[in-house]
Amino acid sequence: MLLRYRGGEGMIAWAFHRISGVAIWAFVLLHVVDIYLVGGDPELYDEVLKVYASFPGRIMEVLLGAALLYHALNGLRIIVMDFWPPLTRYHRALWYGCWAIFTAVGLPVAYEIMAPVYGWPEFFR
Amino acid sequence: MRYSRSGRPKPQGGGRETAVWYLMRLTGLALFVLALAHYLILHFVFDPADQDVDFITNARWNQLFWRAFDWTLLMMVLFHGFMGVRTIITDYAHRPRVRAATLTVLYLLGAVLFVLGTNVVMTLPTPGAR
Repeated sequence: MLLRYRGGEGMIAWAFHRISGVAIWAFVLLHVVDIYLVGGDPELYDEVLKVYASFPGRIMEVLLGAALLYHALNGLRIIVMDFWPPLTRYHRALWYGCWAIFTAVGLPVAYEIMAPVYGWPEFFR
Repeated sequence: MRYSRSGRPKPQGGGRETAVWYLMRLTGLALFVLALAHYLILHFVFDPADQDVDFITNARWNQLFWRAFDWTLLMMVLFHGFMGVRTIITDYAHRPRVRAATLTVLYLLGAVLFVLGTNVVMTLPTPGAR
């Protein structure tokens, strides 16, 4: 659908917003249950945390952060256009602005999250 | 026509659907601050390898502020997330009985998360759950 329907940036922004939203929602289901384990089954919670801190766990963590950051920035863009409709004509520029912030903030954070796995120097601590 | 690129058009009429449309944006703004702060603190400032039950009971939920923060975050994310998924379900499930059944499951799931999350954040003893 993304490749065939030529809706341009607005349509891709919408599709990414949906996909990232559902992904975050799915993680929230997991996360509320795992936090419940802190009281319900502390030993199991510690086991789950070890999975989160593993290499595949950190990859998922970075993907979650990417979904969260995109959804947050594009959500702000939607709010801006909803309440100041004349700015809708700049929707493309706003979308590219989202990606600029996404890259500038996301790459250092992703680097730092993955650092312990690779033993990279930790610049941020 | 009022529309937005990638956003849902505001339902007219001023009823419940219009209220949900405004609340999606209001909770979205709250989550921009709360969810991003939560992620930065617990995935960036503190490493997950250093976190366990004792970290939560002795370094996070020993402070009322962080319990209130996390519960507010939960309330915002439950509304925003479940109303968002509701929009997607109504977009794709057209047959009335399928739609009603799917939405019922969705709301039940939301209620379960509300109970689980509220229960643990309100009742976890400090310090130490074990």
